[in-house]
Amino acid sequence: MDTSRSYLEPSSFSKKIAAAIIIVYTVITLIPISWMVMTSFKNVDSAISYPPEVLFEPSLEGYVNLFTNRSRQSPEYLDSLPPPENWYEELVRSREMVITGPSKFLGRYSNSMIIGFGSTFASVFLGALAAYAFSRFRVPLKDDLLFFILSTRMFPPIAVAVPIFIMYRKIGLGDTHLGMIILYTVVNLSLAVWLLKGFMDEIPKEYEEAAMIDGYSRLQAFFKVVLPQAMTGIAATAIFCMIFSWNEYAFAVLLTQFNAQTAPPFIPTIIGEGGLDWPAIGAGTTLFLLPVMIFTIILRKHLLRGITFGAVRK
Amino acid sequence: MKVKKKFKGLSDKAVGWLFIGPSVLLLLAINIYPLVYAIKMSFTNFYANKIGRVPEFVGLKNYIKVLNKEAIWEKMQVTASFMFWTLLLQAIIGLGLALLLNRKFKGNELLTTLIVLPMMLSPAVVGVFWTYLYNPQVGLFNYVVNFFYDFGSFDMIGSSMLAPWSIVIVDTWMWTPFTMLICLAGLRSVPNYLYEAAEVDRANKWQQFIYITLPSVLPFLLLALLFRGIENFKMFDMVVELTSGGPGSATELASINLKREAFEKWKTGYSSAFAVILFVTIFGFGNVYVKVMNKIKER
Amino acid sequence: MILLFVSLFSFSVNSNAKSITLGWAAWDPANALQELTKEFTAETGIDVNFEFVPWPNFADRMLNELNNKGKTFDLLIGDSQWIGAGAVYGHYVKLNDFFDKEGISMNDFSPATVYAYSTWPKGSENYYALPAMGDALAWAYRKDWFDRPELKSEFKKKHGYDLGVPTNWNQLHDMCSFFQGREIDGQKRYGAAINTERGSEGITMGVTAAMYAWGMEYENPNKPYDMEGYFNSPQAVEAVEFYRKLYEDCAPPGHSDAYMVANLDAYKSGQVAFQMNWYAFWPGVSKEDKDGRVSGFFANPSQNVSAATLGGQGISVVKYSDKQDLALEYIKWFARPDVQQKWWDLGGYSCHNDVLNAPSFPTSTVYAQGFLDSMGIVKDFWQEPTFVELMLPMQEAIHDYVVNGKGTAKGALDKIIEEWVEVFEADGKL
Repeated sequence: MDTSRSYLEPSSFSKKIAAAIIIVYTVITLIPISWMVMTSFKNVDSAISYPPEVLFEPSLEGYVNLFTNRSRQSPEYLDSLPPPENWYEELVRSREMVITGPSKFLGRYSNSMIIGFGSTFASVFLGALAAYAFSRFRVPLKDDLLFFILSTRMFPPIAVAVPIFIMYRKIGLGDTHLGMIILYTVVNLSLAVWLLKGFMDEIPKEYEEAAMIDGYSRLQAFFKVVLPQAMTGIAATAIFCMIFSWNEYAFAVLLTQFNAQTAPPFIPTIIGEGGLDWPAIGAGTTLFLLPVMIFTIILRKHLLRGITFGAVRK
Repeated sequence: MKVKKKFKGLSDKAVGWLFIGPSVLLLLAINIYPLVYAIKMSFTNFYANKIGRVPEFVGLKNYIKVLNKEAIWEKMQVTASFMFWTLLLQAIIGLGLALLLNRKFKGNELLTTLIVLPMMLSPAVVGVFWTYLYNPQVGLFNYVVNFFYDFGSFDMIGSSMLAPWSIVIVDTWMWTPFTMLICLAGLRSVPNYLYEAAEVDRANKWQQFIYITLPSVLPFLLLALLFRGIENFKMFDMVVELTSGGPGSATELASINLKREAFEKWKTGYSSAFAVILFVTIFGFGNVYVKVMNKIKER
Repeated sequence: MILLFVSLFSFSVNSNAKSITLGWAAWDPANALQELTKEFTAETGIDVNFEFVPWPNFADRMLNELNNKGKTFDLLIGDSQWIGAGAVYGHYVKLNDFFDKEGISMNDFSPATVYAYSTWPKGSENYYALPAMGDALAWAYRKDWFDRPELKSEFKKKHGYDLGVPTNWNQLHDMCSFFQGREIDGQKRYGAAINTERGSEGITMGVTAAMYAWGMEYENPNKPYDMEGYFNSPQAVEAVEFYRKLYEDCAPPGHSDAYMVANLDAYKSGQVAFQMNWYAFWPGVSKEDKDGRVSGFFANPSQNVSAATLGGQGISVVKYSDKQDLALEYIKWFARPDVQQKWWDLGGYSCHNDVLNAPSFPTSTVYAQGFLDSMGIVKDFWQEPTFVELMLPMQEAIHDYVVNGKGTAKGALDKIIEEWVEVFEADGKL
């Protein structure tokens, strides 16, 4: 049989062509990301030089700028100050500036952490409970309920943001970590329920039934037998929830201000002296994307299920 | 009776409600209640920033105002053309990539993972970074384009002709992997015996593609486009940071306009009416689409 | 890297028992204030935390916080237009008693700044802020290019007068278009970086610089909120048309959504001969002159009248703060003449007469005289409590006309009036 005709076993030539095209696409698609990482190691001048510099002397200026506020001062004033105590003060002084204080980046980043982990834990926990019930019990209106849970994901965030804003203001949840955790938990719930239901469906009923015959109650069986079995699924779900809360912008920009603002609304506003400070934005972006990139690589097996709520089964 | 009491502890029914209850309650409180509240507000002249002012019932006035506003229809057009082009490009490129990746060459798992990276990033951060790439003076994008063909200086974000394309390009860059992944799942779900049978019938490669591959991947592609369609109808973050709806209102999508009315002008009543209209639109289109999709699946 | 992380973190959590939070916009003067405040902390042991919000969200964020009666801030350096909302809705503490008790006299501050930043109703003796940062919209230009003999003679030949600081907007346009597209030192240069930003207040702050100079008034002086024939007077229309001409003929490429930051970038990267911007940035610009760049500065040119767009802020104590006493202590310190002098030295714009009237002041920097001139002729946007709602339609309509080239100037101004009437009606003013 002529193998080149077959879909099952493509010829090695057509494989090579396919691989070549895919590699070209991959390189192109990764350029913006690599460019951003490179920019984070440039200094302010080489970031805005034309033609764009591919080779440059690496500098940590972007990272120093990301973490500090600085003020340009006259040489006389700088001379009147005590000498710099460490390398980053020295770097800033060499650009005729003085560090006036820490920037807000660290605070925003840790807000992202708190809200991200908090909401992830809550949505996975609640999602696991609901998913188990949907998977094992005869729930009245099951399909309607499942669809209802899914449909909540279709709401444009801005449409519900106004009422939530007003509601939060009334009950004092506006611009608080708790408020954002609750909100993100709810947004992630649909994903968690749908994903985990898929994973739970795959765990044989016999496991917990055996445990219950051994004298476990339903609750004990769930916590001691089913949950450990579902650990892979739970981990994958958790990471997807985390990625969502980590990247979320619309609610964060509308509902948080100073106490609970996360990094995504903050990073675009990093300005240096007058102009946008591209190395600092690059640095902030790189530090912010790092966890997600690592997660993506860990997650690659569950990727498809996660982004489609399990609607597409392999 | 005895059968149900086989195991100790709470009954299954109780456990079921205990497990589902909290989720449903939370969804009701944070999702449904606000929606109902928004519908209620859409019939009033409420301003959320004017505390203490009692809103009045104004009937359908807000809805009439929204629908009669020419500017709203412009935003809808902008949204529609944004959706049309992004979905079209993502369908073509995504499907193409999936077909290529399905050749199972060496290292294709690694490449898939790398291709997928853009869509895991934060859209807002992506938006701000692309403003740098699009910068007409120092941007990499303009440099690369001019490297291949010298257009001279051009401004992707600043020109009202190019700006709509600037957001289409970024969205396509970011989300093509999504259609690709789902199409790939579709391709892998095609049972091998179909091709084997076709080969026995001496169908050539092209015929195999038209009669076997395409029909089986189509439902998956349509599903991917449904997801993307819903997302792009809601699109806010990436575009806000990239063009903030400009220049003028060349890239002001419906949801960006909604944000301006609701959170800058604080016309809460008016913007709620607008939100309800958007919501009905997306639901209506979504339902029709799903029906069509199911019909295609059945064939 | 980790070291930096850790040391900065310890810096930020290391707070004394006594600390207050001050909010302002994120820009050069704010960093200078942070530097200045190190002395306050050394003197009093009170730590000051700073929360700087970028300009595009400044009004949004801060007013939202005030509307929510938030306790984040003890001190707020709020924009001049907010004073109405601050006073009417009771967000700001009225400072009269405190001033009397501490012997702080508003007569010690420049009258224009007191009027603009501190009083509500305008011109009364009710003070809700201490003038903190004087500011107005002005222009910077490339003095080094202006001084080149070959450019000078070419300009003179073309226009019949000397290339120098423009005395009116027509001259400004002549000069800007003279540089547009011109090659200098092997690089293509452009005319002027002007405000075109749509999202917050940028293009309004720019176009009003022209409208005020043409003699525009917002309303009938005898009949408040009667805008027809004033805000859209033939002069106002002409000014808006002129601004569009300036944008079309003289702006660098990609300057369609530009405000402070983009103007600075265009100027610093050597693209433009002129930039429009706030005085606040001139210390940084002139300190950063390098590679042969010499910056000159001038006040907003006149056309029919002399006028300039007002910027600047007063510092207020937030009513909802639990630490008003500490906040007042900060204001007391900040009002001291020696602190005000140092404020000016570090790059802030003091409004204190002792600083401004000092014989050495006009020559202390190249932009000091221009600052004095400008502060005598400033005009501001509506300071109504509803100013945000008033700002947005103006942003939209002007941007659509100037940048997008849609419709006519008259049409844009008519549309703005229409929306303003709606806002005033909803607010019960009409």
